[in-house]
Amino acid sequence: MAEQLNVQLVAVEEKVWSGKAEMVMARTTEGELGVLPGHAPLLGQLAEPGQVRIKLPGGEQVAYEVSGGFLSVSGQGVTVLAESASPASAASGN
Amino acid sequence: MAAQVRVLRQRIRSAKGMKKITKAMELVATSRIAKAQARVEASLPYARAITGVLTALASNARIDHPMLTPRERVRRAGVLLVTADRGLAGGYSSNAIRTAESLIARLQADGKEPVLYVIGRKGVSFYRFRNRPIEANWTGFSEQPSFADAREVGETLIKAFVAGADDEDGGPGPDGVRGVDELHIVYTEFKSLMTQNPVTRIIGPLQVEERPRSEAAPGVLPDYDFEPDPEALLDALLPKYINTRIYAALLESAASESAARRRAMKSATDNAEEMIDKYTREMNSARQAGITQEISEIVGGANALAASGSEV
Repeated sequence: MAEQLNVQLVAVEEKVWSGKAEMVMARTTEGELGVLPGHAPLLGQLAEPGQVRIKLPGGEQVAYEVSGGFLSVSGQGVTVLAESASPASAASGN
Repeated sequence: MAAQVRVLRQRIRSAKGMKKITKAMELVATSRIAKAQARVEASLPYARAITGVLTALASNARIDHPMLTPRERVRRAGVLLVTADRGLAGGYSSNAIRTAESLIARLQADGKEPVLYVIGRKGVSFYRFRNRPIEANWTGFSEQPSFADAREVGETLIKAFVAGADDEDGGPGPDGVRGVDELHIVYTEFKSLMTQNPVTRIIGPLQVEERPRSEAAPGVLPDYDFEPDPEALLDALLPKYINTRIYAALLESAASESAARRRAMKSATDNAEEMIDKYTREMNSARQAGITQEISEIVGGANALAASGSEV
């Protein structure tokens, strides 16, 4: 089994999603960003409005509309902090 | 005699009615405590994550942010007081108000002018009644605060705090707005179902605690890349952090409020029960006394009749 990311997506009022993933894609204020396992530690502010896509090991993908978000990548995994997060309409498939 | 029984019966009925109401409120408050605690629980991951992010930022960047540095001269100090919207919660609101009052007295003794921000109808009416100025107030969400409420409060406070940066003695600075130089929050800490304590905390300027986190790997924190630069990140993160702190305080206060209300309603229910018992006993003895009297009257009457009949 390939290396995987520990991903947490937390909103202020609750934990929205957590689990293992192959890749996390998000857009920071500086530009589009994809995080693979072994990524250097990073702190980023997400663009507004932003979509965070999480690629699951099976090839599936979940996406969330995130507002007021931050992305934190550390040795332990990826944490997406959001003021609010809701599942994006085209959640899986593509 | 019969009149006394009727009066007592009426009292019992009204005590029973009250007991039903207080019992229902007790049950509602009990379920609200559980709900509030669940929401506190649910908000922890975010609070933990944002604290971690700030710690990482603090240990990687020079921190010299207006929101983190104490002002040299503190002229006005903002006090955010969290109280309940409804009464019937024992001493919940008045305890919080008392704590705020002692904080205000302390601030005034230090030569600072207190500026009041009040959440909850009880606190608002307390200060309105005494004709004391309230800078801003929010009501209607004390039992079930949402993050949107906390953000609204937080934005107002942060605006005031930022506006206070350039104030001069006796008047507003160049921006023409009198702000505050310190932010305090008074809320009720939820210790347990039986204990809730009003506490005061400083939320502005923020104090960054660089304590080693036990659950994460101790020692050196990794070198972070920042997008955008650390200063801009701090600018964006700190207000959110303050909002989170306010939200946490609101949630905890809501749990405390429900716990205080549950306790107050429980003792009201107990008292009603006691009263019902007492009145029932009184009523029974009054009824018994009435019956006894009637019997002795009848017996007395019969005896009198018998006595008069035998004489004829």
